[in-house]
Amino acid sequence: MIEAEGLTKVFRDKKRVEVRAVDGVSFRVEPGQIYGLLGANGAGKTTTLRLLATLLKPTSGAATVAGFDVVRQAHEVRKQVGFLAASTALYGRLTARETITYFGRLNGLGDPEIAVRTRRLTEELDMGEFIDRRTDKFSTGMKQKVSIARTLIHDPAVMIFDEPTLGLDVLAARTIVRFIRDCRERGKTVIYSTHVMSEVEKLCDVIGIVHGGRIRAEGTLDALRARFGQRDMEEIFVAAVGGESALARQDVPPATTR
Amino acid sequence: MNWNQIRTVYGKEMRDALRDRRTLLSMLLVPALVIPGIMFAFTAVSLKVVKKAAEETPAVMIIGPGNSEPLQKALAGSPKLRLVPAASDYAQQISDKRIRAAVEIPPGFEADLAANSIATVKIYTYEGEMKSSFAAGEIDRILREFREAAVTRKLGERGLNASFVRPFEIKRQNVAPPEKVGGNLFGGFVPYLLIILSVVGAMYPAIDLTAGEKERGTMETILCSPVGRVELVLGKFLTVLTISLSTVVTSITSMALSAVGLVHLFAGKVGAGAKAVNAATGQQLPMVDPVGVLGVMVMVLPLAVVFSALLFSVSLFAKSHKEAQTYASPILFLTILPAMAAMLPGVELNAKLALIPVLNVSLIGKEMVSGSFRYDMMALIFGSSCLYGAAALAVAVRLFNRESVLFRT
Repeated sequence: MIEAEGLTKVFRDKKRVEVRAVDGVSFRVEPGQIYGLLGANGAGKTTTLRLLATLLKPTSGAATVAGFDVVRQAHEVRKQVGFLAASTALYGRLTARETITYFGRLNGLGDPEIAVRTRRLTEELDMGEFIDRRTDKFSTGMKQKVSIARTLIHDPAVMIFDEPTLGLDVLAARTIVRFIRDCRERGKTVIYSTHVMSEVEKLCDVIGIVHGGRIRAEGTLDALRARFGQRDMEEIFVAAVGGESALARQDVPPATTR
Repeated sequence: MNWNQIRTVYGKEMRDALRDRRTLLSMLLVPALVIPGIMFAFTAVSLKVVKKAAEETPAVMIIGPGNSEPLQKALAGSPKLRLVPAASDYAQQISDKRIRAAVEIPPGFEADLAANSIATVKIYTYEGEMKSSFAAGEIDRILREFREAAVTRKLGERGLNASFVRPFEIKRQNVAPPEKVGGNLFGGFVPYLLIILSVVGAMYPAIDLTAGEKERGTMETILCSPVGRVELVLGKFLTVLTISLSTVVTSITSMALSAVGLVHLFAGKVGAGAKAVNAATGQQLPMVDPVGVLGVMVMVLPLAVVFSALLFSVSLFAKSHKEAQTYASPILFLTILPAMAAMLPGVELNAKLALIPVLNVSLIGKEMVSGSFRYDMMALIFGSSCLYGAAALAVAVRLFNRESVLFRT
């Protein structure tokens, strides 16, 4: 379960001008549900997810993840969360197994338990061939599998994905999409950001359209279609943010600090 | 504090670092191969140069040899000089190293000597040039002997004893033990080297574990795991410290072994050279106190903590290896300057200087390698260095809690 209430994050840019990267965002994600944050680059998706993953502290507003407060119980929140982003790379000089073991230990698991879970994940993700090889020589798809295993080793209740398919080829992207569906089937709470319209259509139970740090529209795909009188997700998106001119005017400085 | 997590982070970072060729290069290969290589080459070349200089009979010119037949004979009689015919361009010839020195006997020298008026004999040398000073030294010795003989002869003519003009003799005797002499000569150098090595050793891992991680995109991966910030900093910091100290230890071991090897290899030559030096200067060959060197290593320990934490903080702020290197270089200068100040003659340790980082360890190190241990000062310096180390570490932890540093654009 994820609950965000008036979540706000204000950065100062180089000229000390305030930038409201996330501006009063509220939503709710139930277990067994996939919530999709859909938005253009710089809309505030990454910052929102970083706030939930406790990488950043909110300027105001509150959020709980699996019942824990992201500010006061950040440590507990991190134990409940699996965070996978295009910006969460692997340690190239460690083998896949060492990587998974490392994160297992940091999550407080004992070595016997880590060994059992690693064996299961290796089978599920078909990593047997490269589990004991260093990750710096891996293909993108192999790396993605190791990253998935890394986020799953402690069996978190909540999964946070920040543009996980960014820069992946079709095959690797499909692995990710399949994996996200699996998470839902296992009853995990999933929040997921992307700017790829088709992924949202395929995956999400609830869609939040983000623009300029705010949620402009929210609902199931059917509800959004009904509300905007459009079938195509792209058309719905453009309508929700207030037309193409509003999109083009997005001179809001990027909220992501990548 | 969760020691298990610190151990986990430390274990992973050490494994990661030891698989990095560049870490191994700076930690093991450079100390183990490059340092002995340089030492051997340097010793071999300098021995050769000294030997050659000592063997060569310097060419010397007498200007106005006819002005004093006896003096000319005395100079010609020296096996350590080779006389060449007089020429007017002697200064140019000395500069061109065709001759090493020239001696000018003024006209009417013999007459002045007989008339008891003072004549001046000039020696032309090329200051700072070893072979020239060898030649000039020999000329000087012959001239003094010649003058003494003249004085003795004149005193004899008047029925006086030589002790009339030399009522007493002066002799200098060294009471400093050889360790002290060594301590004063290269006492400043040992702590200097240890300090520099600890900084150099810490630099690469400090950058790689912070800015390097940001650059490779693994910083976010580790930050979203439930490891505490303090635990993460300490695990990483201990890795930097371990590598820094390993660099110091391998370098010192390698230097000590090379020194022993050098003595064996060049034993005959060094022995002969040392005897010559001892005979010439009346001194013993300098030595350093090995216990003192070990003591200095202990004193450098908290200093290594300061540098590791400082480099760690500075490079954490950077976004990339390159940027971090720009920030880290001034720190190297900050350490070199006070460490060098301690090598200046006349700078002596007092309670105030004992609080200045780097300088204090360099100064006490100078004393320690010469075998003198001032325990109150050592405690003060070790204590203050520990405090600085703790402060630097606290800064690193604070920075690690600031999102503006971790997610800097």
